[in-house]
Amino acid sequence: MQRKAEPGHYDYLPYFDRPVITWPKGARLAFWCAPNIEHYEINPPRNPMRSPWARPVPDVFGYSWRDYGNRAGVWRMMEVMDRFGVRGSVSLNVAVADHYPEIIEACVARGWELFSHGVYNTRYTYGMSEDQERALIADVKESIKRCSGQDLKGWLAPAITLTDRTIDLLAEAGLIYTLDLFHDDQPMPVKTPSGRLVSVPYSLEINDFTALYQGAASPTDYTDMIIAQFDRLYAEGAEGGRVMCLPLHPFLIGQPHRVR
Amino acid sequence: MSLPDDYLRYPMRRRGMDHDRYAYSSLFARKPVLWPGSARVALWIVPTLELFPLDMPIGNVKPAGALDRPYPDLWNYTLRDYGNRVGAARIFRALERRGLKASVAMSAGLVGCYPHLARECVRLGHEIVAHGLDMGHVHAGDLAENVEREWVMQALAKLRAASGQAVTGWYSPAHAETWATLDLVAEAGCAYVCDWANDDMPYRLNTASGKLHAMPHGFEVSDLQLFHVYRKTAGSYVRQVTDQFDQLYREAADHGGRIVTLSLRPWVSGVPHRIAAVEAVLDHILSRAGVWNATGVEILENWTAQQV
Repeated sequence: MQRKAEPGHYDYLPYFDRPVITWPKGARLAFWCAPNIEHYEINPPRNPMRSPWARPVPDVFGYSWRDYGNRAGVWRMMEVMDRFGVRGSVSLNVAVADHYPEIIEACVARGWELFSHGVYNTRYTYGMSEDQERALIADVKESIKRCSGQDLKGWLAPAITLTDRTIDLLAEAGLIYTLDLFHDDQPMPVKTPSGRLVSVPYSLEINDFTALYQGAASPTDYTDMIIAQFDRLYAEGAEGGRVMCLPLHPFLIGQPHRVR
Repeated sequence: MSLPDDYLRYPMRRRGMDHDRYAYSSLFARKPVLWPGSARVALWIVPTLELFPLDMPIGNVKPAGALDRPYPDLWNYTLRDYGNRVGAARIFRALERRGLKASVAMSAGLVGCYPHLARECVRLGHEIVAHGLDMGHVHAGDLAENVEREWVMQALAKLRAASGQAVTGWYSPAHAETWATLDLVAEAGCAYVCDWANDDMPYRLNTASGKLHAMPHGFEVSDLQLFHVYRKTAGSYVRQVTDQFDQLYREAADHGGRIVTLSLRPWVSGVPHRIAAVEAVLDHILSRAGVWNATGVEILENWTAQQV
């Protein structure tokens, strides 16, 4: 497929002096928390563009670290979110509903939204045909409906792997938002041939995966980053509503020394 | 560049794990454990003494601390060797002065070059855990099963002979395993492994040849991870490890006894500018009531007896 120099998914809009976004009850900031509830397979199939594990399988070190999230971390994270009255919108590898239904039942019981993070975090969209991508979207839609009764609205590509078609196919399938574009701090319209799609701000900056795992931040430094992010967006919110997303991974944030 | 049709088939998409080595279990849905003396936390200290041979091969799994400069990499060889010569003595002294016992994971090759280390462990009442032959023998990838069996048997035989202990704990170099490792270490009489990072408590592993459990290793708050991989300061180390302890200590009030594992590499934390951080962590933990210091095999036996 021909490569493009620009994604072509959105137009430029100056950041300041935009039409004002008004949130309910005059809020300056829409804060949302996105637990990434994932399963990484111990022996996934090969994808020619990305190797799922750093080591030969079984990568006991990598696999068991991620598995910590589903055995221990997710439950600790839920307890903290309950305590602060924060609901989650779950970035879900939908196979988790098959492997660990008790986790999904706990999310649904809390009134949390489920959105798509693919089937497994070890099945990448890279290299999929159009039919395969449609089949993936259909699988996720059906799986989320079955485990929660919810209609699928949003998409964060599995392991943030996309093709040039992904965004258009999401709109065509009736989804209303994508989280795979990191170009703004406010929701932005996405240009698609069919349907309407909005880009909602997620974050790869105050994401625990990029900050704690890739960035080796201490829990104290990470807390400072999140507060700084909030303070600036809250201040700017006086000029029009902003969005702050806190994406979390139970295998990282649910560790005892970090959950505090 | 397209993917085969079966890329979207999921043969292991089912209830429970995508393998048969262990069952899924939520940490917070289990029967609470009661430690001796109603202790809230079992303190498990795991100093790990590693032999990095000067001519070690670097395969597709590179252990942290591997000799990755051109041969002869005396820079890294002697830094690691420092741990076995000086750092270990410093850590053993810190433990002895506090009356603490540990499970010392040891490359079996150290029995040959530093025979006093195993003797010192025995004298101090430490349990010896097998840490493979040395850091150049990594159990990973397509290592042939008969070769791996020989590595396991040899490592255990050397450490058992040197210590007179049963040596029933196994810790693979670099947390690496092949598909066969668990079967082979169970076959060789091991009771537990420390390679799996997915739990804060022991759990049962299925093997072809005998009872085996995973013990929680706490690698995220190990000196290796915080100092060597994440490059944190001593102050940050103390804060993170004491936070780990405080959280598990608090949880134990509602969920039963927990385990705090203190994983120490003498080549990392046995240096003069870091040893005080280790001592500060130990003193913080020992200042709390309800801490039971035990070896891995003692913790596992106590836990197992409560699982019926």
